[in-house]
Amino acid sequence: MTLALGFLDMASVIAFVALALGQLLSMVRLVLGPTPGDRILALDTMVINALGLIIVLGIHLGVQIYFEVALLVAMLGFVSTVALARFLLRGDIIE
Amino acid sequence: MSRAFYWLLPHPLLTLLLAVVWTLLQNEFSAGMMVFGVFLGIIIPWGTSVWWPDTPKGFRLGKMASYCVMVLWDIVVANVQVAWIVLSVPNSKLKPAWIVVPLELRQPEAITVLAGTITLTPGTVSADLSEHGNSLLVHVLHTDDPDAVRDDIISRYQNRLKEIFK
Amino acid sequence: MSGEIIGTYATAICLLIGSAFIIVGVIGLLKFNDPMTRLHAPTKVGTIGIGMLLLASMIHSFVLGDTSVHEILIMAFLFVTAPISAHFIAKVSIHTRTCATPPPPPRDDTWSTLSVPEQEVQAEN
Repeated sequence: MTLALGFLDMASVIAFVALALGQLLSMVRLVLGPTPGDRILALDTMVINALGLIIVLGIHLGVQIYFEVALLVAMLGFVSTVALARFLLRGDIIE
Repeated sequence: MSRAFYWLLPHPLLTLLLAVVWTLLQNEFSAGMMVFGVFLGIIIPWGTSVWWPDTPKGFRLGKMASYCVMVLWDIVVANVQVAWIVLSVPNSKLKPAWIVVPLELRQPEAITVLAGTITLTPGTVSADLSEHGNSLLVHVLHTDDPDAVRDDIISRYQNRLKEIFK
Repeated sequence: MSGEIIGTYATAICLLIGSAFIIVGVIGLLKFNDPMTRLHAPTKVGTIGIGMLLLASMIHSFVLGDTSVHEILIMAFLFVTAPISAHFIAKVSIHTRTCATPPPPPRDDTWSTLSVPEQEVQAEN
């Protein structure tokens, strides 16, 4: 069991590093991104990565409480992506 | 009898969905919360039925379930393919293409499900609908034969959806 | 090998697969050089990556003994909303004319995103 727990610890550390690297790389696209569509896409990816970080944190600590946070982040990320895209499409969010 | 049923439950599937979502949100199965979920599932569609008067008729739940299983399997297979394309194909050899899928579905719900399916199976993104909803614009990441992709979408997804939304 | 040990290994493997998919999605976001091809990698490979992380979390909760299934809710929510946000971003790319112009539809005049600006262009001329 100690071997398996050690493997799980290592895997969660690797997942943390991969997701943080993903955040940094999508931030590069957010800064570079030649078009507004790319910037919205990079922000959407960052929200998805933040969601993944919260889930991995919950697994690492062995707590259930973070799932409400993850659900709220998923909902807010979707709404903000749609609001940004709609603002660029119509010049207005609620017509 | 039937009219009383539809007066109480204008959207029976929505009632079921709300009850299931409420039970999942509680994260533990208890009779009290189940009853409260069913209560919410009755009162929310009843209160909001003014804003969506049409009930989609002739929706086949059994075929929809087998369709969902097929789409889930396609998502897994195609995700591995797209991950391989991202890692192995250089930008100069990438062949993206626009394809136009002629739509035979008429209900908005059916078109939404088709567009969502196309986007979720990686390698294709549904980008736009034509002015009067007669064709769907799809972007393909990497293909040698755009017509084959279009025929695949029509035979694999659209024909099944035509049977589901009769 | 008891069930707990197998479950712990399964959690770790799901975590590794999920983070590998997410990092591939971000690499795709950086690598491609056209707005429409960039859209493909993160919106879907990322979604399946999050799905694997949620699966790992579910297996882990089974191993710890307090069963938890409301990860299914997040997964279902992501699978419903990911196509919608991808569709909106594609519409933004078409609207701002930053991608290759799509071919005209065979049975209608034009695509719905392009139809409004063309009237405005005529009004300006």
